[in-house]
Amino acid sequence: MTGKSYDAIVIGAGHNGLTNAAFLARAGLRTLVLEKNHYTGGATVSRELHEGWKYSNCSYVCSLFRPEIYNALDLGRHGLKVIPLTASMTFKQDGDYFGSYHDPHARRRELMRHNLRDADAAVRFDADVMRWCRLIRGFLLRTPPDPGSFRPRDAFEFAYLLKKFYELSENQLYEFIRFFTMSIAEYLENYFEDETILAHYSGGSIIGTGLGVYSPGTAYVLLHHAMGDVDGNIGAWGFARGGMGAVSGAIASAFQAHGGELRNDAEVARILVSGNKAVGVRLTSGEELMARIVVSNLDARRTFTKIMDANDVPPSLLERARQFKIRGSSGKLNIALDGMPTFPALPDDSPLTLGHMHFTDTLERLERAYDDWKDDRWSADPYADTLIPSQYDPTLAPPGKHMMTVFVQYCPVEPDGGWTDEKRDRFGRTVIDQIADYSPDFKDLILHAEIRTPRELEDEVGLTEGNIFQGELTFDQLLFNRPFPGYAQYRGPVKGMYMCGSSTHPGGGVMGAPGTNAAREILRDLRRPDTTPEAFSDD
Amino acid sequence: MTTDRYDAVVIGAGHNGLVCAGYLANAGMRVLVCEASPAIGGMAAERRFGDGKQYSLPALAHLQFPVATTLREDLKLDSFGYSAGDPVETVTLARDSEPVILGAENVRGGTLGDADIAAYPDFSKRYREFAAALAPLFETKPPRLRNPAGGDRSTFMRLGWKVRFGLGRENMYEFLRVAAINVYDVLNEVFDDERLKAAIAFDAVIGNAMGPRTPGTVLAWLQRLHSERHGPPALSNGTLVAALARSAETAGAVIRPGCEIERIVVENGRATGVALAGGETLEAGIVVSGIDPRATFLRLVGAPQLDAMFANRVRQIRGAGVVGKLHLGLEGLPEFSGIDASQLRDRLLIAPSMRHIERAFNASKYGECSEHPVFEITVPSLADPSLAPEGRHVMSVNVAYLPFGLKGGWAENRSAVVRHLLAELESYAPGIASQVTDHELLSPADIERDYGAVEGHWHHGELSIHQSLMLRPLYGAAQYDTPVERLYLCSAGCHPGGGVTGLPGRNAAKRILEPGAVS
Repeated sequence: MTGKSYDAIVIGAGHNGLTNAAFLARAGLRTLVLEKNHYTGGATVSRELHEGWKYSNCSYVCSLFRPEIYNALDLGRHGLKVIPLTASMTFKQDGDYFGSYHDPHARRRELMRHNLRDADAAVRFDADVMRWCRLIRGFLLRTPPDPGSFRPRDAFEFAYLLKKFYELSENQLYEFIRFFTMSIAEYLENYFEDETILAHYSGGSIIGTGLGVYSPGTAYVLLHHAMGDVDGNIGAWGFARGGMGAVSGAIASAFQAHGGELRNDAEVARILVSGNKAVGVRLTSGEELMARIVVSNLDARRTFTKIMDANDVPPSLLERARQFKIRGSSGKLNIALDGMPTFPALPDDSPLTLGHMHFTDTLERLERAYDDWKDDRWSADPYADTLIPSQYDPTLAPPGKHMMTVFVQYCPVEPDGGWTDEKRDRFGRTVIDQIADYSPDFKDLILHAEIRTPRELEDEVGLTEGNIFQGELTFDQLLFNRPFPGYAQYRGPVKGMYMCGSSTHPGGGVMGAPGTNAAREILRDLRRPDTTPEAFSDD
Repeated sequence: MTTDRYDAVVIGAGHNGLVCAGYLANAGMRVLVCEASPAIGGMAAERRFGDGKQYSLPALAHLQFPVATTLREDLKLDSFGYSAGDPVETVTLARDSEPVILGAENVRGGTLGDADIAAYPDFSKRYREFAAALAPLFETKPPRLRNPAGGDRSTFMRLGWKVRFGLGRENMYEFLRVAAINVYDVLNEVFDDERLKAAIAFDAVIGNAMGPRTPGTVLAWLQRLHSERHGPPALSNGTLVAALARSAETAGAVIRPGCEIERIVVENGRATGVALAGGETLEAGIVVSGIDPRATFLRLVGAPQLDAMFANRVRQIRGAGVVGKLHLGLEGLPEFSGIDASQLRDRLLIAPSMRHIERAFNASKYGECSEHPVFEITVPSLADPSLAPEGRHVMSVNVAYLPFGLKGGWAENRSAVVRHLLAELESYAPGIASQVTDHELLSPADIERDYGAVEGHWHHGELSIHQSLMLRPLYGAAQYDTPVERLYLCSAGCHPGGGVTGLPGRNAAKRILEPGAVS
């Protein structure tokens, strides 16, 4: 056995792995992060795939990143600057559009232009969603209690959750259950009438999921939009200056400032276990590195079926890992543009091009897009979340040129007969054609387009089946069930082995919470002082 | 114009109304049951069709599960002629191979692999245990989450105990994992055979606007399994409704068919009686509605009598029917590929795969009929030859998915839909179309017209999670009482929902009879 020895090794330099490592290093542990790719960040990256352009080619916005972590790691000083993204809009097939403006008066006027009653309902809607948001935010940086345990700590945590919920009135409790179990379409129909308004506010709830707008369990995803916290703008989405790589870059910089060591091109082949205890890792190169703590930032399926020896994993856990639901459903286009495309439906100088642009204006179109995915096809008429961030971040494209990112729902893990490059390009054309319907000069401006299906996401970044959340966010894989019942407290099946990726509570999105929570549990087991932040109190 | 005064008027002589009336009458109340149609039984009544009305069959509930023992004993149903009927198995058909047969304990036939055959008994047992763990919740009024009253605390404690200790640690973890997800993923984890999975998924979705992939279908299935644990399904034989009626009448209840109620009289926020369609007003100590909660609040009570937000929430109750009923009068017994005549006595399913069901469901979301529908078929005249003229037979078919709001309208498209359904059946039972002497299609719109279920929904509202338990039919009216004082609900629209279980009626009666509930 050769190689250096560490206190902790973190496998994978995704944003959660780096966050986890940063808190461990901050506690004085000699920490090493190993990354298989030559670049750092996992799915939180900015890559120059066309000369002069930077693509955030996986994740593309950061609304969920916890401000507590931003403060604790002092990410501002490490170069992270988040620009609030406050507008969104949907183009209608009849040539009109619906805009959701940052300015509350403009937003209200726009709602009124479409439906007077909806403008009033929006007041009720905003207040209700904000209530659930304030309730849930407090739970993100906490470890879920284990319902099968009798330890005082779990009982205490259950009591804490119960107490928090019982601050709600009886009717609010019922409304909360409805919110968590309804479909986004039906939930919004409790408030709104206008078809375009319904479609506009529904779209975000299907991002990354294997569910449709009428599938129960999609309403609560609204929180992902409301929970954002950018520079104190609650509810705002944000764009990191320099692309998403700036997020992972800042965390990596904070990690290194605390003495951490980061190695790229170092793929882990095996977590080494001896005497039911993790002792280190072996790289694909054969090199062995020893540590008393090993943390996996890989998804739960990969962790237990690929880099752990089957003999080190209890058979029931291995079975769970094989059955872990991690179907990908999203594609992505990153496009270099020769200039700013025009959208004739919009007035000149409309601020709406600065935000999210969508092209699906009815619930039926959104639901039909889902039907395609259920039958293993990409959506013929997809939901495309489109942004042109180069309008306010000059670092992304040369002067006068632009960068467009298009997140596409739905794209199958594997179409009939498997993916080929030709099929991938046809998928890309479907999306480009949809946008071109609303922007006549768009196609002529395209200089380069990177098209990504779940196949590319798995091959390059290592997200199994291309699932952007490292595991579907359905009730069987949430809270104390995430990733598996009995294993939701970040600890693996052998001593000294932990999980810190989005496969763990509270799940996907560039949030940093799983990595932080895992660090808290590790430091607790080592009886080290806790370096992780507590959740901000509720305002 | 007041003519009479009752302690309780029950609206609707469906089986839940009769159960509730029976309990109230047995407790010494003077009870009147008003039924709008000429016959009692609601969706569980008999129905006649054909040119000369020569065919007869169960209206909608062509299969029944034995009712709970407590109900049977409390209302002495056996002494009034109730029998649980002849148990049947489920036979799932294929065009070109042997059928798969699901019995109570095991599964056999077709091209089933050994792994599936071996896994089925354990799977079945496990889910029955889950359903049993929920029994404390199903067999009483749903507890309130705050301000618990009258046994709510004990319901929570019994439920918690059953889930944690009744199931044991491993089963509890599994229960908490699957309780709120879809049946599609669960079945894919356990079984390989498409038809076996589809047959189980069928039971989880039927009656609701859900496909196998819809989250919440496991819970919907558990609700159904709970009523099934009293025994295997049987062909509906009509004795339940008759026994319930006799039981109630023996206890002193009066049942009045052909007595349509126009509105519930509400004075100062309190129900004081009912106004009949003929103009007569009946005073009552309490009014119990055995009809759809949406019809109860919006039609019989009226939105002006309700808080605006409450009325708004009633309007938001989801429940547009997606199941139609096809009745065929046949010259002789049909011949289905792959099965012999004796198997026609069972429940036949045409649902070749979960994807087939899901696609059939997809169409209904957009107001279209399924291109390849799902069928549940029984031949009631085999058990009771009197249902059809000599030598003939009557076939009863549940068809999913036929949407309530069919694009283009039901009146315009009815015959095209019937032709389409017969052509589909023909491919499983060659020659059946030429055997048909008479037919009748009950679309969800017809079910609404004939049986009063709003939008023709079997369960008076979807059995989705957000409309289950203490949210059924909606919070504020989930413990069988309502914002209108002395007005109660007892239909399938209430907890624990549809199926011929009598539980909503029984739970409602228990709630009404709680000490101090009615002065």
